[in-house]
Amino acid sequence: MEALTSILFHGLAYAMILYVISVGLSVTMGLMGFVNLAHGVFAMLGGYVSVTLMNRYGVPFALALLTSFIAVALVSIVLERTLYARLYGASELEQVLFTIGLIFMAGALVRYAWGPLPQPVTLPTALSGQLDFGFRSFPMYRSFLIAAGFVLIALLWIGVERTNFGAQLRAAVDNRRMAESIGIDTRLLFSLAFALGSGLAALGGSLGADILAIYPGYATEYLVYFLMVVAIGGLGSLRGPFVAALLLGFGDTACKYLIPELGSFFVFLAMIGLLLWRPTGLFGRA
Amino acid sequence: MSPALETVGLHRNFGALIVANDINFRLDTGARHALIGPNGAGKTTFINLITGALAPSAGRIMLGGEDITGLPQAARVGRGLGRTFQINALFKGLSVLENVSLAVGERMGIGGDLLRLVGSHRAVLERAYALLERLRIADDALVPVRELPYGKQRLVEIAISLGLQPTVLLLDEPAAGVPSAESVIILDVIEQLPRDIAVLIIEHDMELVFRFAHQITVLVQGSILMEGTPAEIAADARVREVYLGERRHG
Amino acid sequence: MASDRPVWASLIALFKQRAPADVSVVETLVRRHRLRAVELLPWILTVVAYYLFSDYLALGSQILIMILFALSLDLVLGYAGIVTLGHSAFFGVGAYAAGIYAARICGEPLSGLMVGATAAALVGWTSGLVILRTQGFTLLMLTLAVTALLAEAANKASFITGGADGLQGVDIAPIFGWFRFDMFGRVGYLYCLAVLFLCWLFARRLVHSPFGRSLIGIRENTARMHAIGSPVRRRLLTVYTISAALAGVAGALLAQTTQFVGLTVLGFQRSGEIVIMLVFGGVGRLYGAFVGASLYMIAQDQIAKLEPEFWNFWIGLLLVVLVMFARGGVLGLVDRVLSLARRKP
Repeated sequence: MEALTSILFHGLAYAMILYVISVGLSVTMGLMGFVNLAHGVFAMLGGYVSVTLMNRYGVPFALALLTSFIAVALVSIVLERTLYARLYGASELEQVLFTIGLIFMAGALVRYAWGPLPQPVTLPTALSGQLDFGFRSFPMYRSFLIAAGFVLIALLWIGVERTNFGAQLRAAVDNRRMAESIGIDTRLLFSLAFALGSGLAALGGSLGADILAIYPGYATEYLVYFLMVVAIGGLGSLRGPFVAALLLGFGDTACKYLIPELGSFFVFLAMIGLLLWRPTGLFGRA
Repeated sequence: MSPALETVGLHRNFGALIVANDINFRLDTGARHALIGPNGAGKTTFINLITGALAPSAGRIMLGGEDITGLPQAARVGRGLGRTFQINALFKGLSVLENVSLAVGERMGIGGDLLRLVGSHRAVLERAYALLERLRIADDALVPVRELPYGKQRLVEIAISLGLQPTVLLLDEPAAGVPSAESVIILDVIEQLPRDIAVLIIEHDMELVFRFAHQITVLVQGSILMEGTPAEIAADARVREVYLGERRHG
Repeated sequence: MASDRPVWASLIALFKQRAPADVSVVETLVRRHRLRAVELLPWILTVVAYYLFSDYLALGSQILIMILFALSLDLVLGYAGIVTLGHSAFFGVGAYAAGIYAARICGEPLSGLMVGATAAALVGWTSGLVILRTQGFTLLMLTLAVTALLAEAANKASFITGGADGLQGVDIAPIFGWFRFDMFGRVGYLYCLAVLFLCWLFARRLVHSPFGRSLIGIRENTARMHAIGSPVRRRLLTVYTISAALAGVAGALLAQTTQFVGLTVLGFQRSGEIVIMLVFGGVGRLYGAFVGASLYMIAQDQIAKLEPEFWNFWIGLLLVVLVMFARGGVLGLVDRVLSLARRKP
């Protein structure tokens, strides 16, 4: 029983991080059909920025998170306008090559600036220690992650449902040409969505620094996980990746806990099975 | 003798939307048959159902008396069903001769040969070349298709389908998008198709239809409105009503 | 994508200017795919290198192995048009299979190659059977998942694979009982050269066969291939399996020449690297593999000595530049230069 609650708890925290990082990728892939393998780079940069601000400059936690969100969002807009935009009509192979190139470059730059070792994570004192839930206690920080995750998700979903921007976004994902013909500026929309998604990824990377270690191989090592969340969830969907993140989060945590000799093997196998059963994802469109 | 092609109660719907409504259609051997109808009538859908690109919701398709409803596309082609596409579906980077050779090679069963060079299958190349000569595009045999004018590409499209030695040939708007100066050649080619092939042609160009067809079927919103000789169709009031205000190609 | 004539032929035509007027069209195509003298150039170079660079034969062997690996990828990526980031799966399986075979069962190298090829082909066939039903992003994702799956398996099954420490004890017996692997890498180099040559002969045949041309057809217009009665899925599965076998041979060669197999033979990094090598040389041209792998490995060897950390950066930058400006790779650039030269009368 104790094992089960541990798995559920840690799996949920992991799922939150995966979702917050990957949701942006799902939206932008659904919107522009662009295979952006380099999405993990934004999460990685976010992690580096916030960790450095906190460790080296003593910036308070919340401010560090906010700064990394904004900084990475800005960087992503620059990249999108100058490089990505040129390749929207390009073949799948070209997009793949381009984004791999970005991953390599980012990894090398980050290694040069911060060295090859994982960044030490100092949790804010207010969030360290244990939180007592009565029947048992859990790490405070992970509890915070789960709560923060829910808040972010709620904000995101409400925002997409209720705001004008959200409505335009949903329209454009559904049928881009139609949306353009009724006057929606899809290029601008895409840039904003890209920035938002990258900013969220940065946030996820920062928050999840103690689950997904921040080091130069970040974007390469966790690539499979982010892509799996998007592929299984379904491109262009908001809810799909959430379900996928939960599956992956619980599944991976359970496997590592219960059958550590097999590690992530079963999870990969299950994910492959899921994708074969539903090639467009659980909530994707055919 | 069984017809070259027959559909019995062919039906296809997407939810409440019916795109093919219990179509009973018959194409005799050596037929010169045209399928006409306003845009969105479901003509290309009908072709896709016959070739197997689209699965029917109900009904049967018979090719030369044999039920092919359950067969995949490739198998239907092997039994003599050929088609052209409304928008050119060619191998743009390959030469004209190679395009047609691919089709001829498949028909002759050597498409999967991975141990011998293409050049050793001389018969395939010669047969393909003969087809090009028949369609008068032999001069461009070694030219990559993407460098050809649209009208000639349309001829390559027909050549590929002929390379399959079809008993039934479905031509989906062969003259579509071709400037009228070049469409004359396409008309000629279609008129000179071998008499033993049953040809069904979808067209909007009424001049072409009335010149070519011995039988015309009118399709409206997935259902057959009427069938008859060109004279009967031209005289029918319902047909004229359907086409009233309808802009014609060509 | 690729022009129909090998670059070398264009080079020769540039100098020869022969009038083909009296050669019939059919005759031209009959002869087109036959072996040209020019195609022996890469082999002459490899033999020359054996004598000229006798101190670098270990690197030379690695280059030959990567050429074979890139060649296998070209069949799938360049000719069939399947975008995959999981080709390392077959390379890795071949390496581990051959390595385990040599360490545990028998050190005979040629049978080791067979073991590696067969194991890889098996993995290729089963994975191809399930994933080639999909396309685009889903397919890409699945190829990544397969190699990640195998990498994790290799990591965890350390009792056979050696896990993170790698597979040790790969002792290779002399080839044919005569040729023992020497410490200068001479036998190793010639061994890899011979294997690469045979595989290349096979691949070349394949590419210029009706099967190979049908792959190009599938790549250019799949719908059309269905419409001319081509069994598309079967063809793709066949080329995927053959390609996996060849990649497996390359992996086996690696295991045998370095007498070690580490986890890096699997996973995204290895897959990405071989895609880069091939693209750099030029996809769908058969010889792009030779050019790309050679240049990449030599450059890596040189630059890694000077600035190890920046190798990835330059490669990344090169990729970005390549995609933006030079989509056909090195051979594509050569083609463009030659066509410009031909236009000047």
